[in-house]
Amino acid sequence: MRPNESSAHPWMANSLADIKQAMLREIGAKSIEELFQQIPAGHRLKTPLKLPRQLKSEAELKRHLVSTLARNGTCEQYLNFLGAGCWQHHVPAVVDEIVGRAEFLTPVWGSPQSDHGRNQAWFEYASQMGELLNMEVVQLPVYSWGCAIGHAVRMASRLNGRHEVLVPSLIDPERLSVIRNYCEPVEMARHIDIVQIAHDKKTGGLDLRDLRAKISPKTAAVYFESPGYLGMIEGQGAEIAKMARSHGAETIVGADPISLGVLQPPADYGADIAVGPTQPLGVHMNCGGGVGGYIASRDEEKYVRQYNGFLVSITGTAQPGEYGFSLSCSHQTSYGMREEGRDWTGNSVYLWAIANAVYMSLLGPQGFREVGDLILSQAHYAAKAIGRIKGVRIAFPKGFFKEFVVGFDGTGKTVARINKALLRRGIFGGKDLSKEFPEFGQSALFCVTEIHTKDDIDRLVAALKEIVGT
Amino acid sequence: MTGKNELRRYHAAVWDEPIVMELGHPGRRGQVFAEAEPAVVKAVGEARDLIPAGMARRAAPRLPELSEPEVQRHYLHLSQETLGMMGISLFGTCTMKYNARVSEAVAARPELAEIHPHQPEETLQGVLEILHGFDLILRELSGMDQFVFQAGGGADAAYTHCCVTRAYHQARGQLQQRNEIITSIQAHPCNAATAAAAGFKVITLQLEEKGYPSPAALKAAVSKRTAALLINNPDDMGIYNPDIKEWVRIVHEAGGLCFYDHANFNGVMGKLRARELGFDACMYMLHKTFGAPKGGGGPAVGAYGCSKALAPFLPAPVVVREDGKYRLDFDRPQSTGKIREFWGNVPQVMKAYAWARAMGAEGINEASDISVLANNYMDKKLGEIRGLTRSNPNAGKWRMEMTRWSLGKLKEDTGVGTAEVANRMADFGVDPYWMSHEPWVVPEPFTPEAGEMYSKEDLDYWIAVIARIVQEAYEDAGQVKSAPHAQAIHQIKGAPLEDPEQWAMTWRAHLRKRGNGAAGG
Repeated sequence: MRPNESSAHPWMANSLADIKQAMLREIGAKSIEELFQQIPAGHRLKTPLKLPRQLKSEAELKRHLVSTLARNGTCEQYLNFLGAGCWQHHVPAVVDEIVGRAEFLTPVWGSPQSDHGRNQAWFEYASQMGELLNMEVVQLPVYSWGCAIGHAVRMASRLNGRHEVLVPSLIDPERLSVIRNYCEPVEMARHIDIVQIAHDKKTGGLDLRDLRAKISPKTAAVYFESPGYLGMIEGQGAEIAKMARSHGAETIVGADPISLGVLQPPADYGADIAVGPTQPLGVHMNCGGGVGGYIASRDEEKYVRQYNGFLVSITGTAQPGEYGFSLSCSHQTSYGMREEGRDWTGNSVYLWAIANAVYMSLLGPQGFREVGDLILSQAHYAAKAIGRIKGVRIAFPKGFFKEFVVGFDGTGKTVARINKALLRRGIFGGKDLSKEFPEFGQSALFCVTEIHTKDDIDRLVAALKEIVGT
Repeated sequence: MTGKNELRRYHAAVWDEPIVMELGHPGRRGQVFAEAEPAVVKAVGEARDLIPAGMARRAAPRLPELSEPEVQRHYLHLSQETLGMMGISLFGTCTMKYNARVSEAVAARPELAEIHPHQPEETLQGVLEILHGFDLILRELSGMDQFVFQAGGGADAAYTHCCVTRAYHQARGQLQQRNEIITSIQAHPCNAATAAAAGFKVITLQLEEKGYPSPAALKAAVSKRTAALLINNPDDMGIYNPDIKEWVRIVHEAGGLCFYDHANFNGVMGKLRARELGFDACMYMLHKTFGAPKGGGGPAVGAYGCSKALAPFLPAPVVVREDGKYRLDFDRPQSTGKIREFWGNVPQVMKAYAWARAMGAEGINEASDISVLANNYMDKKLGEIRGLTRSNPNAGKWRMEMTRWSLGKLKEDTGVGTAEVANRMADFGVDPYWMSHEPWVVPEPFTPEAGEMYSKEDLDYWIAVIARIVQEAYEDAGQVKSAPHAQAIHQIKGAPLEDPEQWAMTWRAHLRKRGNGAAGG
């Protein structure tokens, strides 16, 4: 071997024999193995590590990854109408550039001064969410919408000492499953009962008679969504919040932030705590790995003291007139108080908070208005056209945002069969609801957003007509 | 950084960047959307009329109005006002690594960025192959039988374990009885916190002479109420608990489950397997040990693996391979249910898979070798600096991949504590270190972790920075206490952050409260 030849690994600067020797010499050890003397021999590997062949060459590694992933079909190749908690929206190129910046992408924490720009970006996430929501406190996002609901329900339960939450019956079963874990099994001392409220058969909103029958002084919180899982805008938000208040319960509302340029923010109809997804604001679908959840409330100390995660506050510095930012009320988190803290916190999706901040700055008030209008128009255009196909029915033909339920019972075909036929035509059909909500029969949840064109929708309608044979 | 022990001149970018809410001009646009096509409008009418009565937004949100390049420039400035590992970051407990750009490039491709988890399985074979392939890699590293990636971080994986523990004992009709989880004061706070959030009573073992609790203390803590043990090893002091097999035996004998929090895996990867030590489950942080980026706190992944016996209780779905094809198994009747929607932060799993493939068995072994060697090298050099003392001086000569140090002596001598030293470090282009989780078990702690990425020259530079700051503390303590001096901003005021009259988590709250004397503006 020539002196400058080595088998060094490109990601390990010290993977050179002479450097290791120099370090061993410096510390006075004979071998690296000697340094592991703390681990008893009987604890070491029983059989040597066997892993797939090392791909040290970047060219080789890239080839392997790309060729493996090429077996996926993408929502760019296929015309996609899937939503249901992970939605295809436009991601502006500037968002991708900013979240790809190494200063944001790779580090963990520094000090409020060395992390100043990042902390400001986080504050701008919260500030802009606060404008969309008309609320003054916004926490850095938690893992997902479902997790945000879970934490919000536990906040409510701690606030009023009650152990029951009312939720809609038309809720994403996936989200509900997450909430169930947060509410703990019945065996646990602080278990929170989940009671489901029937839906209004005409509007898809809450059935107020059922709500009235079930709400009581035991109710910690009433949770509802607008738009909800099946796309429906709740038209009775103010009445629900009023009813909750009169029973001493908190009102928690889930809302898709991309709808808030055109729809009323939850605070305006009485929400105490708002929650929802952050992925629509500039985060790619990432196979479901783009989700995040926001939590927001009024700036009242009793609420602030119940947040589980990171609140970034503006403050001053030693220099008059200069802004600084840092964590507020951090002692109440699990970092400060371990099991006495509010639930728990840790890594979440804070890089996506920066994506959200950039997205909101790019859109501004007019952008949110435009994107909301476009989604509403196109989704309704799609629902109307699909609803005219013989044997096809739109479960709730009015009052939705970007998603709607298409029933295929009249066609005599299952959703599974229809989606298979759509796939052959290069289309991902809506999410099959037939097992989740058998009451809607053979039905699917379709999602239409600003990324679709009229031609896309017409193509879907033509394909459906062909498949159902009209 | 440099090969010589001369410290570089450094100053952070100062842009005096206004808050985005203060920027812009009415009517300016950063993104526009197409108007609905005439045929669409003709069919459905005006968008406004499609909203149920009373549910339309009345006043537009007061968001900034900026052109696209203004937005780009603003956030570029903010990135430049973030040190963000552009120098050296030896942030202990977090295992700072190189985050390969090739993985970022691959993750940005539509084959990953633009796929939906509900797509038909035949269009997801590539991503499922990677998830399954990585599952197999982690099985080999841990000896466990099945991994899932749903947890959105290490704490969420600890929570996953608490949920799996509930489901396991529930299935045996013992959940009501087994309502206690045992951990140690040195374990990460998330272990105690997630146990409590899952509804368990937490028993925290205290440290003893050797730096960890004794088997006798554990024996006294277990009972028929024990549901599980949540423990890390080695700890953040760099001490490996040699009794750990005995611990597992004690807990199993009492009927509890044992969870290995492998946050500190970097020093033992390729050296031991959690399952071979007897553990029922373990957790790896892919954004730490496995080279996926940290993103300043996620998107992250706590990869959770367990034994065959616990696998039925895992959150669904799991990826299975059958007849050369991959599919998602949702049909798991004993599952604890979902921890988080969908299957986890899939791009991060891909990046961790890429890291493991690029390293291979030999690279992983070498990385733990280098991490432990580099930490002991740092121990030697740091030990030569006045005012610094190593925790647990009697714990033996060699430590694992990190060591807890104390500046208690420096504080006594000079009044300069660990927070002040951390603030000052940034002035040399070095990210402030990690001090310690609460509670501090040594006074004025700090915890460097060298890892395998940084060169010997980098480590020497980092040590030289500490030496310089210590020297300053003895000669001119004010220089350190008033630090930083070369950052985007000056030392922040802490008091407003804890005062309800002054704190402001949004711009609108700030505008309402700014008369109260809080922030700069």
